Amino acid sequence: MNRFEYARPTTLADAVAAGAVPGAAYLAAGTNLLDLMKGGVMRPGHLVDIGQLPGLDRIEWLGDGGVRIGALVRNAELARDAAFARRFPAVAEALLSGASAQLRNAATAGGNLLQRTRCAYFYDTASACNKRDPGAGCDAAGGENRLHAILGWSARCIATNPSDFCVPLVAFDAAVEVAGKNGRRDIPLEDFHLLPGTTPERETVLEPGELITALRLPAEAAGFAANARYLKIRERTSYAFAVVSAAAALRLEDGMIAEARIALGGVALKPWRARAAESVLAGARPDQTAFRRAAEAALADAKPSGDNAFKIELARRIVARALALAASGTPTRMPALPASPFSGAATHA
Amino acid sequence: MDLSITLTINGAVRTIALDDPRVTLLDLLRERLELTGTKKGCDRGQCGACTVLVDGRRVNSCLALALSHDGADILTIEGVAHGDQLHPVQAAFIAHDGFQCGFCTPGQIMSAIGMIREAQLDNGSGDDPERVREAMSGNLCRCGAYIGITEAVLEAQRTMDEAGRRDAA
Repeated sequence: MNRFEYARPTTLADAVAAGAVPGAAYLAAGTNLLDLMKGGVMRPGHLVDIGQLPGLDRIEWLGDGGVRIGALVRNAELARDAAFARRFPAVAEALLSGASAQLRNAATAGGNLLQRTRCAYFYDTASACNKRDPGAGCDAAGGENRLHAILGWSARCIATNPSDFCVPLVAFDAAVEVAGKNGRRDIPLEDFHLLPGTTPERETVLEPGELITALRLPAEAAGFAANARYLKIRERTSYAFAVVSAAAALRLEDGMIAEARIALGGVALKPWRARAAESVLAGARPDQTAFRRAAEAALADAKPSGDNAFKIELARRIVARALALAASGTPTRMPALPASPFSGAATHA
Repeated sequence: MDLSITLTINGAVRTIALDDPRVTLLDLLRERLELTGTKKGCDRGQCGACTVLVDGRRVNSCLALALSHDGADILTIEGVAHGDQLHPVQAAFIAHDGFQCGFCTPGQIMSAIGMIREAQLDNGSGDDPERVREAMSGNLCRCGAYIGITEAVLEAQRTMDEAGRRDAA
């Protein structure tokens, strides 16, 4: 790990001033940043530890029925909050399907949005990576890339965003509250992460020194609570990133779909909102035919970036399955294996 | 900046001067405080051998900067027994052969203690083997003692739940 200057400010103003210094990085739990620093992938000259900033560790219910999640709220704490899990069950399920219990106890809501891709070539400093070293090339193209992107990728970068949490959040129109030296602003989560294009090193719309202070979910998102799921395919039963995942939520009226929300994970460098698929379902009967049509629409623009054409059909099936699970109702109790397509003994057969 | 921190470790308050901000909680415990029960496996948050409780929550001490934890209450494997009286989770691991080589065991036991506390907060949601396997998936065992580990955690949980009910009665 490189040497760095360490600061632990106690006011937001001091934090954003320290964070604006070139080469500075904010440190929350550090579950991704410290790992990247140990590998020499990130080498910040200044670490600004935001763990002591006041007021960022709260879950606040807003007057209009929405919720504000402080940037330092830990994943497990949010998923375990009974009022939150009741209103936003797909978000709780996504959180509990991510990482391990130890990591969920440490990792924060704000940090989740800024976790880096898990592309092995990004992590391996001996490999060429345009994200780590702009212009160096991409060893993932032509390399081991069966888990790479099928949507929104470019010739420069075929990596994916690894977040589970962000997938239902983007489906439910979450907003990101940020603070910087020029004040505060809100960013819709859907616009927060950038596709790689020709500048894969730029991953979000955050300006240098801007700090995530909270996430907000609008009240409308709770209108899907009775029919909301997150489904995630992993290469082992637990503690693995998504090969593909989907958040699916339905608002049913008189047995018909009034409104649908669909987003995919593991398919692109950002959590992927599938609005075309949602439109297919508006006013439709909630049946397999409609779910399959929605799944086709969700992947209409998908293209393999390597040995990963299988992910396109897999993603279609996961979207259709997640919609079917959502239609059958949110479970009253969190499944033993959150977001898993398997259950009970079949998992270990 | 002053790099001294105060931690409560296994009930004892320790003030520690650090000469380098890069020290992780794991390296602090093992290399500076000679609490070598906590193990360094992968050092990258993947294996769980370094699991300790921080303010009651199980975390990977390898992915935690010591400086970030000024004021925290840390429980390590050295602090779970009362003299010669084993913690119920330790006793259950022995009774159920929850290990072979033993390297991952301190992390497994700390993780299980954290898991049982979490399950109690969730009104006993860790009561079936599938939930235990899921909740313990952050702890790898290369000897493959998972069956014994799962049985040990389930038994320890029953023991501790019964003790909790006796205390409440």
